[in-house]
Amino acid sequence: MSLVNLELGQVLPEQVFRVTREDLVRYAGASGDFNRIHWSDRFATSVGLPGVIAHGMYTMALAGQAVAVWAGAADAVVDLGVRFTRPVPVPDTDEGTSVSFTAVVKSVEPGFATLDLTAVCGGEKVLAQARAKIKQI
Amino acid sequence: MPLDQSFIGHTYEFPPYLVGREKIREFAAAIGAGDPLHHDVEAAKAAGYPDVVAPPTFPIILTMPALWKLVFDPALGIDYSRVVHGDQRFVYERPVVGGDELVVVTHIDEIMFRSGNDFLNTRQEVRTTGGEPVVTVFHKTVVRGDNA
Repeated sequence: MSLVNLELGQVLPEQVFRVTREDLVRYAGASGDFNRIHWSDRFATSVGLPGVIAHGMYTMALAGQAVAVWAGAADAVVDLGVRFTRPVPVPDTDEGTSVSFTAVVKSVEPGFATLDLTAVCGGEKVLAQARAKIKQI
Repeated sequence: MPLDQSFIGHTYEFPPYLVGREKIREFAAAIGAGDPLHHDVEAAKAAGYPDVVAPPTFPIILTMPALWKLVFDPALGIDYSRVVHGDQRFVYERPVVGGDELVVVTHIDEIMFRSGNDFLNTRQEVRTTGGEPVVTVFHKTVVRGDNA
């Protein structure tokens, strides 16, 4: 992969990530975040959630991964920020759920571009003020 | 109950974290990041790095436990069961790479009480043990009030 040159207002192609319980278990182990709301339905419902939800940081990691693909380089991100607005419920099925990411180029300056990201799960936006600054050609 | 505003400006230090090559590979695999920069030392070296490159949100592995040190500070008195992760941001000087030994200093930048909820804004300066700045991590925590 290599850096690309994005233009102001450019709309970047949608990327869809499937999220299953297995992914959450793997992320829990890799990140060290073993909060029970991410693996126990019994616990999640006891604190008022619909069931197990994805780690917010897992959704953010997927956003980072989507940005790396758009940027054309795995080390292109220099600034990544999000607000977590809605949980991502992950049913205990083979399909799990999916989160889709789209982006538009909000600004460009020499060597850098800033993207506004949209993350949607089940028809609802799950992140707000999601923004990434990336290196570009 | 509003949090004690006198904690604004407090800092918390966390012992050094040694970034392992296999931890970067494991984390990258867990988020579906298959790029060779995260996995292949030779590819990372060809790109000018000393070892494999961590994905952008990797520092949460060390900054979250560092933040817990503050959240669980009995003097601050946060009810953990009411904590909601609000905002998260990573601002990089350079990517984290395998072999980095990183120190996190957590600063309480702001404590606000609004509409019955507490808002706690922290900034975590992540540097190498040699003092080189690597990434600044901003975290906004909401502590829900009784009626929220």
